[in-house]
Order: sequence, then C-alpha cells, then structure tokens
Amino acid sequence: MSELLIDEPGRKSLLLGNEAFARGVLEAGLAFASSYPGTPSSEVPNTLFAIQDKAGLYMEFAINEKVAMEATGAAAISGVRSLTTMKHVGMNVAADPMMTFAYTGVRGGMVIYNADDPGMHSSQNEQDNRYFAKFSGLPLLEPANAQEMKEMACYAFDLSEQLQIPVIVRSTTRIAHSRGVVEYGEMRPVQPKGHFEKRPHELVALPATTPAMHRNLLDKQQKAEEIANQSSFNRVTGQGTLGIICSGVSRAYCADAVLELGIQDKVSLLNLGMSNPLPEEKIAGFLKDKTKVLVVEELEPFLEENARCVAQKAGVQCQIAGKGVGRLSRMLEYDPAMVREAIALYFTNGSTPLKPLDLSDRPPLPSRPPNLCPGCPHRMTYYAVKQVAGDDVIFSNDIGCYGLGFFPPYQMNDSAICMGASASMAAGYATATDQPVIAFIGDSTFFHSGMTGLANAVFNNHKFILVILDNSITAMTGHQPTPAMDPELAGLTLSHIDIEDVARGLGVKNVQVVRPKNLKKTAAVFQEALEYEGVSVIISREPCPLYMGRLKKKAKKVFTVNREKCQFHRKCITEFACPAFYIENQKVGINPELCVGCAVCAQVCPEGAIRPAKD
Amino acid sequence: MQIKRVFFVGVGGQGNILATKLLGEAALVSGVPISISETHGMAQRGGVVKSTAVIGAQSPIISDGEADVILAFEPLESLRLLEKANENTVVITSLAKIQPFTVSIGAGIYPETNEILDYLRSKVRTVVAFDAMAEAKDANNPLGVNMVMLGALVAAGDIPISEAALRTAIETTTKKAFVAANLECFERGMRAAGNADRQ
Repeated sequence: MSELLIDEPGRKSLLLGNEAFARGVLEAGLAFASSYPGTPSSEVPNTLFAIQDKAGLYMEFAINEKVAMEATGAAAISGVRSLTTMKHVGMNVAADPMMTFAYTGVRGGMVIYNADDPGMHSSQNEQDNRYFAKFSGLPLLEPANAQEMKEMACYAFDLSEQLQIPVIVRSTTRIAHSRGVVEYGEMRPVQPKGHFEKRPHELVALPATTPAMHRNLLDKQQKAEEIANQSSFNRVTGQGTLGIICSGVSRAYCADAVLELGIQDKVSLLNLGMSNPLPEEKIAGFLKDKTKVLVVEELEPFLEENARCVAQKAGVQCQIAGKGVGRLSRMLEYDPAMVREAIALYFTNGSTPLKPLDLSDRPPLPSRPPNLCPGCPHRMTYYAVKQVAGDDVIFSNDIGCYGLGFFPPYQMNDSAICMGASASMAAGYATATDQPVIAFIGDSTFFHSGMTGLANAVFNNHKFILVILDNSITAMTGHQPTPAMDPELAGLTLSHIDIEDVARGLGVKNVQVVRPKNLKKTAAVFQEALEYEGVSVIISREPCPLYMGRLKKKAKKVFTVNREKCQFHRKCITEFACPAFYIENQKVGINPELCVGCAVCAQVCPEGAIRPAKD
Repeated sequence: MQIKRVFFVGVGGQGNILATKLLGEAALVSGVPISISETHGMAQRGGVVKSTAVIGAQSPIISDGEADVILAFEPLESLRLLEKANENTVVITSLAKIQPFTVSIGAGIYPETNEILDYLRSKVRTVVAFDAMAEAKDANNPLGVNMVMLGALVAAGDIPISEAALRTAIETTTKKAFVAANLECFERGMRAAGNADRQ
C-alpha cells in the first residue's frame, strides 16, 4: 500500500512537498481530480493517478489545463470535492474558465493547485501567479513547507465550501520539491457522487445574470478577508519594533537568518499563508508598532506593494522596503545568504561576512548540459530532417524533451514560446517570410493545444510542415498517459486516438507516418514534403525508450564499435551526438551502460563499424 | 543545535536523490530536524543533479560558501560545485569519472584526476577521495554508488546522524532485494573514506 494511504493519525513521514499535498487532499476526502502534468506540479497528479482505486477517488489526466479546470469545476458544482493541478504557465491556459468559476462559485470544495517556478528550472518564464488570485478574486493559500502543504491542501477544501468558491493553493519549485517531516491527520471518507441541481441564474453566465454573480463574488471576497484576518496561517512570531513580512519558502530563510544574526528579540515576523484577499487589518496591526519593515518575497513585489497601500490607508508611518535591499530582486530564486544579507543590511546596516573561495584559478570545466537520451527518437528525426533541410529553414519548436534540439550539433529549435505555439507560429513565419518552415511538436503537446493551430493552418491555406514527434507518452514530465499511447501496454483502460485520423479530420491532405529509426526513408519523406504546396503533417512515431525501459518491454542488445574498421570520422559523435559515445585514446567507444540498442548509429557510420556487441 | 549543510551532487542516474532521501529518513528516525531540496525535471536528462540536506535549520537550500560537506558522486562535479564551499568544507568525492558529452565531441577537456585533487586541496582543508564505482562493483552492485557515498558521508562528514540510523533507513527504504547489497556498499564506503587519502 502506498505510504500516503496509511490511516494513522500522528504518524510522521518524510514527504516531498507535492506528496504532502497529495496526502492533504486524501485527508480531505478528495473525490474528483483532473490535471495536465507540468514540472514542478506533476508529483501531485502522478501520485493520485497511481493510487486512485485504493483511495476510492477518480483521477484523470486531461489533455490540457483548461479542460482539466472545466471538468473539475463541473464536479465541484455537482457537489463533490474536486481538485485540478497545474504548473504556473498552465494557469494561463486554464484562466478562462477559472475567472468565471469565481463568479458562479461551487458547492463541493474546489481546489486549484498551482506550482510556480522561480528560477525557471523547467519553465519558459517565472510569472508570479499570486496575481491570478487577485485578478480572479479567488482566495490564495501559500504553504511554506511540506507540513503546510498537507495542512493547506486539506484546509483549502473546507475554505472552499465555507465560501462556496474555488481556492488556489500556490507553491513554488522549492516547496514542491523539498522534503520535510509531515505529521498525518485523520482521513475523511470520500463522497464520490454529488447531485446536479439546476440553478441557471447562478451557472449560466449571461448579461442578464452576471452582474448578480459579480456582486456575489465581491461579497464572498469580503468574507474571505475576514477569514484571512483571523487565519492561523497568517501569524506573527517574535517581538520587536522591527518587522519582516514574508510568505512561502522565504519564511524559512527569514526565520533562519533572524536566529543566525541573533536579532530574534528585536525582529518579529508576519508570515502570510493566506495572502489573498489581503488580511489588511492584520497587516495594519503589525505595521502600527514597527519602525521598519522588510518584505521578503520571491518574484514580484506583491506583498510589498500591498503593505504600502495598507500603511497609507491606516495612516501608519512605518518605513517599508523590499525589492532592491541588498540582492533582493524580482528575478530568480532567493537563497538563505541573500536573505540574511538583506536583513542585516536593512535593520542594522551590518554586513554578513562570508569568505567565498577565490576560484579565479580554477581550470576550465567542460559543461554537462541535459541531453536527449540514448535511443531517443527525437534525435533520429532531427538527424533525418537535417540531411534535407537547408540553412534557411525556420524550426518552430514547442515544449517537451525535443526542446533539447536547441543544443549543438542539431540547433533545430529556433523558437519555443508555450504549449502549442509551434503550429500556430509556423503560420506566421510562413506568411511573413519566404523561408521554409518546419514545426516540431510532441504528441501530448499536439493534443494539448497543437490541434487548433493545425486547423487554422488548413483553414487559412498556410504552407509548412508540422512534425508530430509521437513517442506515445508525455515524456518530459514523467511519462503520464496521452491519447496517442497504447493504453493496454500500460495496463490502463483509456481510449487511444490515432493522430493521423485527427490530422485528416482537420483537413490536412498530406499526412505521412515515418519510423525515424529508418533515417533514409524518413529523410526522403521530408524532402518531398518540403516541396508540397500546403500543410503537411509528418508523424514520426517511435516510443520513448525511457518509458519502454520502465515497462521492461525491450531486451537490451547493446552495440559496439569495431575499432579496426573505425576510421575516426566521428560522425556518430559530432553529427548524431548520442551520449552513449565517448572518445578514449583517439578511439570511439560506446558505453554499454548507456546504449539501449536502437541501432540507428550503425546507419550513420560511413565505415559500417558499429555492430551489435557479441555476448 | 549546530547547523550542518550537506550538498549532494552527481550526474543523472547516479541516485544522489535517493541518497539524500535516505539521510532524511535517518534524521527522521533520530528525531533530528532536517530540510531537503531536490532537482527534478529537465535537468535530470544526463545533466548535473543536485540535492541538499540542511540539518538543524528550516531553509532547504545552501548558499554559495555555506556547505559544510560536499558529497560529490563524480570528480568533475566536485570541482564545479566549489562555489558552495569555504575553506572549512569537507569535500568527499568519488574519483570515478563520467565523461560529459561535451568532452566526447571535443568541446571541452576533462581535467586530470591529480589536477582536480590538487585544486580541491589547495582550496579546502579536508578532501576525502576514492573510487566509489570500484567499491560498488566489488560489492557486485554497480548501481550502489549512492550507498557507498552515504557510507563515506557518515564516516568522514562529521554529521549528527549515526551509522545505525542510516542502516535502518537503508533497510526500511530501499528495495528488499537490494538491501544486503546496499548495506555492503554502505560499509565499503565507510571503510574507503576511512582509508582514503586525506589532506
């Protein structure tokens, strides 16, 4: 049994922040969940998907965040406890229904889990989604560690039902992917079914109904603010006329810094765990007896600007600072020393001496960028395309493992903006230039938001090639199901969708399927498609070897280099660039631990020196 | 309690995240407060994987110059991580090299082992270096490099977590079929760190 299902209140477990969140929703009796995966949120849906039967809940991977949000809203409107999860940029996709669910409200608890990514460890931007809470008018909880991830996940359902409105729980990479001790609480029973009651005046957003809905939302916000003022998640610790306001992971940095600087009897900390609606009364009370307050928050000055407004409204003459003190900026993640330095600088004008090592004489270090895995079919497709595509081709790329085509020797990622943009941007490139355009999109990303771009391209008579890199799984986020997969292979009772049917159904006349392991045939298909007047879809189909390895579906037959035949052309390395290759003493070798036996490098070697290893 | 900051670094696939988690489990059974941070996602595709364990504080990450121990599963990565060290840092590093692909394609040169060790020793007071892969292979458990490194950490890292607690963590957390082999790797790591050249 999964550790997360153990019904033993008081038990202590070491959990990843996202696992703690999953435990929290289980304790709340979650009944329905729908998500599209995205780092750093994915462990929540992964966990729930794996244990749904044992937990007695329903969990699905939706094709995108908007669909997930809408399905979740319907479940909550029907009265069951419901969850949707997403990374920060996923909320952009899901924002449309979210803004109006705020108007309609819900009956069963609805929780929206959002994971921001300050520092952009695995994302295209570091937008601060606390503004989405303010924008939509939804209550916002910000856990600061694994224990609070569990507590807030559970409490969010109660809050949602109390206010009859969805609640956003926002974490960041550093909370989602940190591990801490979590104490279990009671497990509430799951109520899997609700009942849809017809309430058109509350659920049909029309000009006739929406003014009342909006008024209702504003009333709920007022109630929520009263709750925020009383919330135990908004608490003051310590005492003194100096103050710090913080939220999220910054709380840990501030608490540690105050102790390390030995100023705990001078500085008190206001941690805002429920930061929207803003607990104005609480903040005004905190500011009133302070001379100086420092706001410590990653990304945008959300709390800082709000604190200034509160001070002005309350007529408090307290000095407030935040961004710009020391190294506190609106960019990237904070770290403990940075926060300690800012606190010392602001309150005591002191410095925090640290003697960093002088590393100016360190030898140059070869970099170790992430790489397409050995046997990755994306490499094969890129290699084949490169044989026939001229230098002027624009490669409109997308979000997925194939984004690694950015790196040499391929350099076939000329732009990557957001999920699905490859297909839509290709239309713009093809029209605004005279250059050929090839767009790359993965199967999961295609279903997420590539289909609309493709329909647009057919409708408006654009000319480009859309390559659908079909590895039949959502690979980068950890192998979640996709419509292109073979569900039987994974032991799932989902329905497969043929991508070629979708493309033809959208009106694409030139639809080709290639097996990228055959480099020559693949290149020939691309050569032809480059001449085609119109939209071509080339589906490059080969399963993700990492996923196949996990399913133990492939016996590994590794390859080796015949060193007598090898003439050291190094095409296998400089052009094909599989990381299983290495050079030792002017000889090429294949690391048998890394080789997965895809055999494609054997087609690349001009001497035919790459052969299966003998047992 | 005194804060101890341990920085784990390795290459995707070496299992340093599991090692960090085991240290966390050992802290939990010992009642020692610990906060851990891990790298997930894209960086794991053959790139550098970092994880941190901060014992006795709330912050889960480690700033430049503030690591008490650097536990490097790969020698080049010990050198790359030196920003996190100060002159009192204990650097424990495996000497088994994993060639980055940039070196394979001639876009970089892998420094000689001696050059790495000399440099580390010129910057920090204590360097403990040995071949963790050789130890793991000798134990017939080539995937056990992470257990070897954990053994080295308890032997040479001066951490407030006991060998017994780590054994318990290995016994209760790693796959049953591997427990015996993992414990052997752990012991070999302890011995190797004890016997390794120290500055």
